[in-house]
Amino acid sequence: MSIELDGVSVTIGGRRVLQGLTVRLDERRVGVVGANGSGKSTFARLLNGLVLPSEGRVRVDALDTRTDGAAVRRRVGFVFTNPDAQIVMPTVAEDVALSLRATERRPAPRAAAITAALERFGLADLADRPAARLSSGQKQLLALASVLVTEPDVLVCDEPTTMLDLVHTRRIRDVLAALPQRLVLVSHALDAFDGFDRVLVLHEGRLVADDAPGPAVAAYRTLVDRLVETVDGR
Amino acid sequence: MSAAIGVVVPGNSLVHRAPPGAKLLALAAVCSVLVLRPTPTVVASVAALTAGGYVLAGLSARVAVAQVRPLGWFLAALVTVQVLFRELERGLLAAGALVLAVLAAGLVTATTPVPAMLDTITRAAMPLRHVGIDPEQVALVLALAIRAVAVLHELAAEVRDAHTARGLPLRPRTFVVPVTVRALRHADELAEALAARGLG
Repeated sequence: MSIELDGVSVTIGGRRVLQGLTVRLDERRVGVVGANGSGKSTFARLLNGLVLPSEGRVRVDALDTRTDGAAVRRRVGFVFTNPDAQIVMPTVAEDVALSLRATERRPAPRAAAITAALERFGLADLADRPAARLSSGQKQLLALASVLVTEPDVLVCDEPTTMLDLVHTRRIRDVLAALPQRLVLVSHALDAFDGFDRVLVLHEGRLVADDAPGPAVAAYRTLVDRLVETVDGR
Repeated sequence: MSAAIGVVVPGNSLVHRAPPGAKLLALAAVCSVLVLRPTPTVVASVAALTAGGYVLAGLSARVAVAQVRPLGWFLAALVTVQVLFRELERGLLAAGALVLAVLAAGLVTATTPVPAMLDTITRAAMPLRHVGIDPEQVALVLALAIRAVAVLHELAAEVRDAHTARGLPLRPRTFVVPVTVRALRHADELAEALAARGLG
């Protein structure tokens, strides 16, 4: 399966958020990095059709996100920065169950899948707990469980550890590292890309570097140094 | 035991085991009677019935209070208006009917897992397929409407906490505007979350 962006630009509220992106993602682990406002989140949202391109097209496994949105979203799961924005149902088990409504109608297999997902993410003891009363780390694990229970082929994570402490950051990273699925990870934490196949660097809506993690992160650091100098007026 | 609104309280009572469809029909009947004939006899009867339901379900008074707490200001306003118009009895009956309707709805949501409720509503809405309406979407909308009560309560609590943290008095303008803005933002986030999960 491949994800292809062909001449993609996105304009939101009259502002060009992404421009002229042509890129094909075939690797198992792809990182995306950039300063605030660089277009990272919009890029991530393009991949499962949450944002549609103003120009160009995005195809996942030859499916166009504009015309085959539902099929694309079955293949590409999405995890938000803020788990509160992702959790819909009142309790932990009910939120995982919601994801399965579109794919598994039979009660017994659905219940088995929910139990397996909760056990996999260490949430089995919290099944009946109100989701609002979980810690931020537990909420992000629930968000992951709710997305992965449908077994998407690709997982897109938009800064999934930004709101977490070090313990939960490490736990989420371990979970992501062990995933059999392909992963596209947007992050500010540069060490999150260790072991990745490829890292894209975005700046002001353009792809300014696209390389293995080492050179891509070095390019991003150079970019950041330049931006800091500009801000400081040096 | 949980005392959150819209959250199921696990149990194996007769009320928990009752079919969700029967509970929803009973709720509709109770609310209809309260709206159409809010007499002292009807209100007292429904009060006894609802109290019996809570006892039978093994739900604590804390759970019951949590359901009606968000109504506090509205009830106060309702009774005040009726007093000003010299209709105290009518005001008290209206307030009582409202409290009972919310308590009855709370009894259903506290004893019925959302997936079971969604399945029931989906089945009931099946005939709508013939007019091009997706029953699954109908069920989801109704479940989210029930959930919205708890969400609005949480958003209001956040705004109250923000006032308290800054030592500011709670005024209608500084309360209603941020709660409305947060509710609209939540609606956007919810739509995006459902779309991301292939349910939008």
